Amino acid sequence: MSSIISIKNLRKAYPGGFEALKGVNLEIEQGEILALLGPNGAGKTTLISTVCGITVPTDGSITVGGFDTIKDYRATRDLIGLVPQEINLEPFETVFSSVSFSRGLFGKPRDDAYINRILDQLSLGDKQDSKIMALSGGMKRRVLIAKALSHEPRVLFLDEPTAGVDVELRKDMWDIVAGLKADGVTIILTTHYIEEAEAIADRVGVINGGEILLVQDKSELMAQMGQKQLQIAISDPVDEIPDALSAYALERSEDGLSLTYTYDTTGERTGITTLLNDLAAAGLVMTDLQTKQSSLEDIFVGLVKETT
Amino acid sequence: MNIYAVQTIYRTEMKRFFRTITQSLISPVLSTSLYFIVFGAAIGSRIDEVEGVSYGAFIVPGLIMLSVMTQATSNASFGIYFPKFIGTIYELLSAPVNFLEIVLGYVGAAATKAMFIGVIILITAFFFVDLNIAHPIAMVAFLVMTCLSFSLLGFIIGIWAGNFEQLQLIPLLVITPLVFLGGSFYSISMLPGIWQTIAMFNPVVYLISGFRWAFFGTADVSIGISLAAIALFTGACMAAIWWIFRTGWRIRQ
Ligand SMILES: Nc1ncnc2c1ncn2[C@@H]1O[C@H](COP(=O)(O)OP(=O)(O)O)[C@@H](O)[C@H]1O
Ligand SMILES: [Mg+2]
Repeated sequence: MSSIISIKNLRKAYPGGFEALKGVNLEIEQGEILALLGPNGAGKTTLISTVCGITVPTDGSITVGGFDTIKDYRATRDLIGLVPQEINLEPFETVFSSVSFSRGLFGKPRDDAYINRILDQLSLGDKQDSKIMALSGGMKRRVLIAKALSHEPRVLFLDEPTAGVDVELRKDMWDIVAGLKADGVTIILTTHYIEEAEAIADRVGVINGGEILLVQDKSELMAQMGQKQLQIAISDPVDEIPDALSAYALERSEDGLSLTYTYDTTGERTGITTLLNDLAAAGLVMTDLQTKQSSLEDIFVGLVKETT
Repeated sequence: MNIYAVQTIYRTEMKRFFRTITQSLISPVLSTSLYFIVFGAAIGSRIDEVEGVSYGAFIVPGLIMLSVMTQATSNASFGIYFPKFIGTIYELLSAPVNFLEIVLGYVGAAATKAMFIGVIILITAFFFVDLNIAHPIAMVAFLVMTCLSFSLLGFIIGIWAGNFEQLQLIPLLVITPLVFLGGSFYSISMLPGIWQTIAMFNPVVYLISGFRWAFFGTADVSIGISLAAIALFTGACMAAIWWIFRTGWRIRQ
């Protein structure tokens, strides 16, 4: 697959000097769903805004569909639809005219049939003549999506589309995203919900403190998640791990009363049975056993901790 | 050129105007009628002709200018300030449009609205006074130029303003006084000596004088200077807007 968006060494310092992006490199593949995962203030919105042209980069370069976002801004912005994090809508407009406005602004001739189709897809069909201020929060978010799709973009940015949205709407949103992917739209969404990244993304990028810490196929991340840990409590503390057990790469706790064994649940053999036998042979008495699964959350928290 | 974008912005802005058409038109018509009653009938009856024109007729160009300048400024400033205020500006900034297209849309609509109001006031004036317009084409040209240049000024104010107070500050503190002191209701030659000199520093004097010349063929300053003044003012506003968009001042960080 080829990259549709290519971000090279992107830096963004806001007036006042704060550096919100510190040299971001990111390749986004055509047709994929990429979830950008990061805590508040990580730089997710800044990254999106810079690609879309709302803020100007301090350094580095961005291409979308092979075009430079500064030099060929018309070509790149043509390709992009943006659903912003905040619900920014004109309250007195009707749903239809607001969406139609977006289409015109992006240089497309008026096409009421197309807009009606989008509104129907987003379950807004019966709301098209409603004033935006009369809509619920979830409906407003759908309007934002409709506006972003009004000019038939090839890339869609969704900035925290499900923040503060109820469970049902979140599921709807995931269905909408899946439908767009089926149409070949490349989707980049930001979130701080790990389950969301897990549920719909093809790849997951972790961002913190203005840096991308990792970008990985979700399946690879899931494989890491397949690792489990076995915690073994022993009756008498050990100063060091006996040589006979060196093959298991055990970790000793500080008080020497607990040993941790990491194994792969997806492997054919876990090695637990032989480990337990060897422990007994080495004269260690077990008092308790406990297993723990590392989740995407652990990986994420671990990565974020490392950088702070 | 993203023609669709210009049309879309222009139409949406005009729609906003027509949605509140009654308020948009009643208030200038009402206030103009009041001016005619107070200045034209009550005070005017004690003032003889000014430069060969009855006082009621004499104030018509100034009245139109007063409304057109304030309306153009406030329409244009509100037009671009509002998306900033409610956050919908993100769409303008991420759309494939350049500064010229945004300005054409917003300033074009604001100027059209001001034009509407100017024409309505002129029509109202015909009900109160006898008017013969000496140079109709020049009159229209001056009206258009004024609508345009003050809409450009309003656009700059709207981009600059960080809150609603600031949005109203310049029209209130600068434009209204300059228009009132710019000879809307009197001829500069009626002022005592030193004030005549001071008045010449007021740019609005040249606009009102030129506009009045188009109506009556007489003016405080020569028509050439008036034309140069409005061209200069328009040019300065355009240069300021060009600079704003080049640097992203107050809109694109
Ligand atoms: N307009 C701005 N001016 C100055 N600093 C900003 C601005 N916008 C965001 N920031 C700062 O940049 C950092 C990243 O913000 P943002 O991109 O919004 O993060 P996220 O979307 O991941 O929560 C934050 O520390 C934030 O305070
Ligand atoms: Mg954000």
